[in-house]
This record gives sequence, C-alpha cells and structure tokens, in this order.
Amino acid sequence: MEVLGKLVSKVLKSLAPSVPERGRGMVYVGLGIVLAVVFMAAAAPLLTPYDPTKSVADPFLPPSWGHPCGTNKLGMDMWSRIVYGARTVLYVVFSAIALSMAVGVPLGLISGYFGGKVDRVLSMVMDAIYAFPSLVLAITLAVALGPSLVNAAIAIAVVYVPTYFRMVRGQVLSIKEELFVEMTRVLGLPTKDILFKHILPHLLPTIMVVFSLSATDAVLTEAALSYLGLSVQFPTPDWGYDLYRGKGFVLSGYWWLIFFPGLMITLLAAGFALVGEGLSEQVRREVM
Amino acid sequence: MGLGRYVATRALLIIPTVLILYTLVFLILRVLPGNPVIAALGTKNIPPEQLHKLMAELGLNKPLYVQYFDYLWRVLHGDFGTSMVIRGRSITADILERLPATIELSVAGLIVSLVIGLLTGLGASVKKDTPVDAGLRIFGAVTYTLFIPWLGLLFQLIFGVWLHLLPVSGRIDPSIQLKTVTGFYILDSIITHNWVALKSCLAHLILPAITLGLVLSGPYTRLVRSNMIKQLESNYVFAYLARGVRNRKVIMHALRNALIPVVTYAGLQFALLLGGAVLTETTYDWPGIGTYLVEKVSYRDYPAVQAVVIVFAFFVGLISLIVDLIYAFLDPRIRY
Repeated sequence: MEVLGKLVSKVLKSLAPSVPERGRGMVYVGLGIVLAVVFMAAAAPLLTPYDPTKSVADPFLPPSWGHPCGTNKLGMDMWSRIVYGARTVLYVVFSAIALSMAVGVPLGLISGYFGGKVDRVLSMVMDAIYAFPSLVLAITLAVALGPSLVNAAIAIAVVYVPTYFRMVRGQVLSIKEELFVEMTRVLGLPTKDILFKHILPHLLPTIMVVFSLSATDAVLTEAALSYLGLSVQFPTPDWGYDLYRGKGFVLSGYWWLIFFPGLMITLLAAGFALVGEGLSEQVRREVM
Repeated sequence: MGLGRYVATRALLIIPTVLILYTLVFLILRVLPGNPVIAALGTKNIPPEQLHKLMAELGLNKPLYVQYFDYLWRVLHGDFGTSMVIRGRSITADILERLPATIELSVAGLIVSLVIGLLTGLGASVKKDTPVDAGLRIFGAVTYTLFIPWLGLLFQLIFGVWLHLLPVSGRIDPSIQLKTVTGFYILDSIITHNWVALKSCLAHLILPAITLGLVLSGPYTRLVRSNMIKQLESNYVFAYLARGVRNRKVIMHALRNALIPVVTYAGLQFALLLGGAVLTETTYDWPGIGTYLVEKVSYRDYPAVQAVVIVFAFFVGLISLIVDLIYAFLDPRIRY
C-alpha cells in the first residue's frame, strides 16, 4: 500500500508540469469540475442551512433566492439534496473504482505475465463480460444483491473489472519482453517484486487514463442504478434518485426537479471525461 | 480457409461467449445469498410448507448443477420458463412481443447517431484546426456524458410540455388501431397501408431516437474526423485535386473510404446501444425489452431477468459475428 502511494504521487508529479499544450486545458477544466464536486461533498453543511432529508418549506416552490434549486413534492430543499447528493455519488464511484482496480489490475498483471491456460480462460471470461452491456449486468447484480448503496458500488465494481484487466494484461504482454524485465529475472528477483515493483510503475500513466474514463462510466452507471431504484432508498439524497422522483412531475412543468440533478450527473461525468481525454493525449504522445 | 469455413468457425465462437454469460448470470442470481421466492413475494413471513411447494414448482429445490443444465437445455429450445410473479405467463412470449420495439428504437437510434456523427465529423475534418473543428471535437467528447434520462426528460419538457409538438411516451397513439404483423410498428403500418398509424409511430419515435442517437454520436464524430483527415492527406486525393476534380466530389470519394472503420465500430458499439436503450425506454415508457427488464427487476422476477440477460448476450454475440463477416467480406486478408 505504501509503495503504491509513493508511486501514485511520483506519477502525479511527473504528469503535472509536463501536460502538453493540447491536453492541458481539458485536464484543468475537468479537474476543476471534479474538485468542485469534491468540495461540495466535503463542505456540504457549510453550503446549505437545511437538512436534505427534512421538509423545510412548501412543496413545489420554483427556484428563488431562499431555495436556489426549488423544493420538491415534500418541501425538501433541492439545493441541499444536490449538495449532499455529491457525497453519495462520490462515495459509490470511488469505492467502486477502487474495488475494480484492486481486482482487475493484479489479475491482469498475473494473467499477462504468466500466460498459459489460466490466461486464456481469464481473458475469455473477461472479454465476454466486457462485450456485454455494462448497465444490464450492473442491474442484474444490483437486483441479486438487493438495493443498497454498498451493493450498487459492488455491482459497478464488478462491471469495470474487465476494463482494468484487459488494459493491464495488454500492456504487460509487451513490457515483459523488454530488457529491464529480463534483467530482473536474471537477477533472480522474486516474481512478486518483478510484477509489482518493476512492471506496475510503467502501467501507472495508462491506469490513470483508464481511471478517469471509467470514472465517467461509473458516474453514469451509478446514476442509472439509482434512477432505476436499485441503489439508495428514500430519503437519502442522490442525483439519479432525485431525477427518478422528479420524473413524474415533468408533465406538470416542475422543471427544476429534473434539471438540476441531471445537470450535476452530466457535469461530473464530463469532468472525469475531460481529465481522461487530456491525459490520454499525453500518454499517447509518450508511447509513440 | 474459404469464406464458408471462416463463417462456421466464427459462428462457433459465439457459443462460449453466450455460455460464459449464461453461467455468470446463473451464478449471480442463484448462488448469491437470498432466496428468490422470498424476494419475489417481498415478505419473509411465509409458512415453510408453502415456501417449499413454491420452490418445488419452480425447480429451485433441486441441486444447483441440475438446475443449471435443466435451464440450459430449455433455453436451447427457446423456452425461458414462466414468470415467477404472474404465474404461468411464458417469458419467451413476453420477450418476443417486446423485442421488435427495442430493435426499432435501437436501429432508429443508430441511424440518428450515424447521421450526427457523419455530419459533425465531416464538418470538423473539412474545417480542421479552426474554431469549428474545436467546437465539434468538444461536442464529440461531451455528448457521451449526457445522462440519457436527463436528456430525455428535458426533451419531454421542451417538446411535449412547453411546445406541445411531439408525444412523450409510448410507441403509438392508443386510440389508433394497428394490425400487428411483424411487431415492428413502422413496418406494420406500411404493410397495412395505415398512414395515420405510420405518422403516429414516427412522431412517437422521434424524441427517443434523438435522445439515444445524440448520446451515442460522439465516437462517430471522432472516428469520421480522424479517418477523413487521414484520407484527405492520401495520394489519391492529391491525384484527384491535381486533375482538377471538384472539391465536393473528392470529399465524397474520401468519405467512402473513411466509412469502413465506422461500420465496424457501429457493430462493436451495439452493447452500448442496448444499454442506452434500457434507459431511453424507461424514460419514454417505450414498451421494449428495457422496460420489461426494469419492470421485472422491481418485482424481483428472477427467471425473467435471467432470460433478458441471455437474450442480450445472444444479440451481442450475433452482432459481433455479423461485424466480423462484413469485415471479412470487405477485406479478404482477414479470412486467412
């Protein structure tokens, strides 16, 4: 864990000053959005005086100075629900991605490095999962596990394991042929060290790119699961869930109930996507 | 290896894909903790005898491996069993009834995304390195992150509630009688010369198709752009230009060559299309497989959920086969 932390900070340092002109703007805008949402989640009680789960005003008030995002059917302040909803989405997305990395990266390393039958079977299973509509798989898992926040995170994690597995495995296949890896073998280093101390650091830039791109998908999947009622339960604030609750009032013209939660989902997803796009320009340039 | 043998080997390769997904879904739904009968009934206060009787009825009391092969055998014969919630209702019949709606929406969505991708990609490549290009590239990167239900609900609000232009739910006006032949409403209304129905079907299709198509168009924009730039820099384009062929005609030639990878990608993206269709359908109450899945999910109707996943898996396998075949047909080197 300690090694990993050191490596990540090293990569971050090496990336930050060298982000090229073309990708830089995108990375900064994206990071700005993501950090703003993180700030929102962290400083939630400072940003709003209301409890997001309590009725604080009349129902269906349109946006005003007191309630910038209006109020919902039960008179809950929508702005508070948006601010506290950031906590829910970030919690699910980050724990899901951490989990799928923790499974996908080591499996990919081992599978790519050793090859053989295990590799063939693993690749086949991962490819099958990868080819399948991820949302449908996440729905199935969430149903089987039962609707809750933790289970939604697990469902999302499982769906994105193949993404990390395939990327890591593919890179390992080419890196393991390089001379420095051969040298570690000649020196007789334990395989564990070869994999995690010598090969893994070379994968980190790519892992970062895949991280931001899969975070985009994870935000959208999290929103989709809660929109379908498979994640949080009433009255937990969550953007996807609030969108679902607001759906029935579209025909009555209460636009604020759907506009703000959906906007936040798309903004956060776009934030991660921009970071990923910008970083991938950098990585592509380095590889080529 | 001839084309025939290539087709046969490729077709056989679908089997492991579908089998893996079948196994996975089986494991997810049967081995994970939780009793499906209790989940479907939504209560734990059920007398044990009655629970056993229900489980026996559904074959859930047999050993797992027996259930696994029993169900596989029936699926191979096109029998997905009966619903756990509405007892006796054939899931196969349900799915067959819903499938045309999903295919209709997916195809329309695909067409919309191709048209948007083609126009924006072409525009960006012709105006390379100008603000137009930059704008279209950002469009390509950001459309993907639009949350489908949000976009759908906004469209409903704007075009349905504020402008009263288009219908916002369902496939056809419920007051219109349409004789179903194929289940594809557009096709059916043309076959039966029912022009009122055709108009209603198309009007109902517009918003869902644009929602789905717009969100999925980004990658096409990029693909068309990068391929067009590559083509426009190639020797044959210079040769055309040197001979004084008009710009518009040269672009058409380059476009044809740039489209081959786009076709492949369209096939590969089919999984994304199906996933998007689930959200589009639920947002517009479109009576397809997606709404069926979500309905069954809310009742915890395990056999039905399992069936939908297998049907999706089969589709994904089938489409990847078709893409490979088109590719092999276009490029003979692949067959060898």
